[in-house]
Amino acid sequence: MHSLLRFLSELQDVSLLLWQAFLSLWSKPRYYADTIRQMDYVGVGSLPIVLLTGFFTGAVLLLQTFETFQYYSMQNESGRLVATSLIRELGPVLSALMVSGRIGSAIAAELGSMVVSQQIDAMRALGTDPIRKLVLPRIVALVVMMPLLTVAADIFGLIGGGAVASLMYNQETSVYTYSVRTGISTSDLLGGIIKPIFFGLIIGSVACHKGLSTSGGTVGVGRSVTNAVVISSIWVIIFDFFLSKLLQYLLDIGRL
Amino acid sequence: MLSSNENDTYAERGIDEVEASAPEFDDAVDAPDRMRPAIEFRDVHLAFDDKVILDGVSFSVKKGQTKIVLGRSGSGKSTIIRMILGLLKPDAGQIFIDGEEITHHSEPDMMSVRQKIGMVFQEGALFDSLSVYDNVAYRLLEQGVPEDEIDVEVRRMLRFVDLEDAIEKMPNELSGGMRRRVGIARALVGDPQIVLFDEPTAGLDPPTARTICELAIKLRDLQDVSSIFVTHEMNNLRYLSSEYATVNDEGQVVYEKEGEKLCLINTEIMMIRDGQIIFSGKDEELQRNDDPYIRRFIHGT
Ligand SMILES: Nc1ncnc2c1ncn2[C@@H]1O[C@H](COP(=O)(O)OP(=O)(O)O)[C@@H](O)[C@H]1O
Ligand SMILES: [Mg+2]
Repeated sequence: MHSLLRFLSELQDVSLLLWQAFLSLWSKPRYYADTIRQMDYVGVGSLPIVLLTGFFTGAVLLLQTFETFQYYSMQNESGRLVATSLIRELGPVLSALMVSGRIGSAIAAELGSMVVSQQIDAMRALGTDPIRKLVLPRIVALVVMMPLLTVAADIFGLIGGGAVASLMYNQETSVYTYSVRTGISTSDLLGGIIKPIFFGLIIGSVACHKGLSTSGGTVGVGRSVTNAVVISSIWVIIFDFFLSKLLQYLLDIGRL
Repeated sequence: MLSSNENDTYAERGIDEVEASAPEFDDAVDAPDRMRPAIEFRDVHLAFDDKVILDGVSFSVKKGQTKIVLGRSGSGKSTIIRMILGLLKPDAGQIFIDGEEITHHSEPDMMSVRQKIGMVFQEGALFDSLSVYDNVAYRLLEQGVPEDEIDVEVRRMLRFVDLEDAIEKMPNELSGGMRRRVGIARALVGDPQIVLFDEPTAGLDPPTARTICELAIKLRDLQDVSSIFVTHEMNNLRYLSSEYATVNDEGQVVYEKEGEKLCLINTEIMMIRDGQIIFSGKDEELQRNDDPYIRRFIHGT
């Protein structure tokens, strides 16, 4: 098949899955217990790696830029750079990439092995809609938890930057926090929360689609997992650009 | 209806059970409820891309009847079963469950039909993340049945398959035969009147395979369940088509051989090849058949 055609049909399948999940949101039965369990798994489970990523990203941002700021005698402003780049870009994107690696792969593997061992068929045969029972709880969990994880990563990133500033460059903590505060605007915060909602949707729907469309036994499960992570990561990065542009337009972000 | 070339060949050879079973399609309309088939396929076609899987398949399973489906792997046996459950839709033709046409049922409509059907999957298909209890209870939990009723029903079902001890276990702690039996218990919860077995004995040791056949016989003879039993093991075929279950004076279930004069009327065999039914009839007719393909399949020569 022509690769463009294949791409379009994949896109159609993912959108269709998302749409079906969306529709089933409004009617019974609802699987609250499954949703809570997924939230725990996605949120609490991913917290350590996301915090670690955030912390060191903030730290390295300051490490790499402090001396340049110093050269222009603007070292008191260095917290601004950490804050803006973390909250606008690196917090949402890096958290999404970490979550896509950890959760996207787990979702694709779990659903994929359920397909090849006929558990999905069994579920349908027993009268349960797998989209309600499996897909919706996962997407909801990702959409709810992604912004929270991102905020946590942002906060740890700012702490990381502050730690480098005060421990390695002996900057006053108050100077750093002041420059951080001037660097953050309301629309930055808003954008930094809107983005991860979309990233959660992307990761959830791509991973569920890849898992559910698994074929070809255990080898197929491996393929689905790889595809889920690669495709959702790429989509996060591509989508991030267009989302940034849109948010710039809507919220007036990025103009100083 | 069944007028493919191959069927004609068998008719010429004097084996006309294929034709003989055809009139029941016509009777079905005004016959009493008892005569209405539990499952009926009318000229069903299916192809994946350009690979034809089913090419005009028609058959019916009467109430209380067991249909044994034979055929090489890849001949479309599981496909037929998936269609009965509405997991797969035919390209053409009609499918009836209990007289209700389900060919074009949407997924929500299909849910109520599936309540009548129990399905035993090839490898058991137990939910890995749920205990044996929760697997067997699954359908009842979904229906919101009270917990104490579920408990009674789950224990009754596990007793039926002789696995009461395993109730707390997880599927990965079970042997292949136990998994299959839990799968049967799960399928039988709610006493479905139709039960589908997809190679339930594949890869099991002979005694366990025998136990599973006995369960199928018990359902057929004592509970009046209609079933489809997919297999390619000749032992299964022999048990199912020559033994019957009765309850003896002490109230125990015993299995007896059909003997010389008696012939089991509630078990039929159908064989699929290249997307078509090449044989349909009783065990005795199958044994007497002299088509080389069928003979090789049955006798290995
Ligand atoms: N989803 C599918 N897509 C393409 N081909 C399929 C699909 N499902 C089954 N097939 C093909 O249909 C044929 C019949 O499969 P199946 O009904 O599982 O055979 P069996 O008689 O062994 O149960 C096989 O050749 C299989 O490759
Ligand atoms: Mg099969």
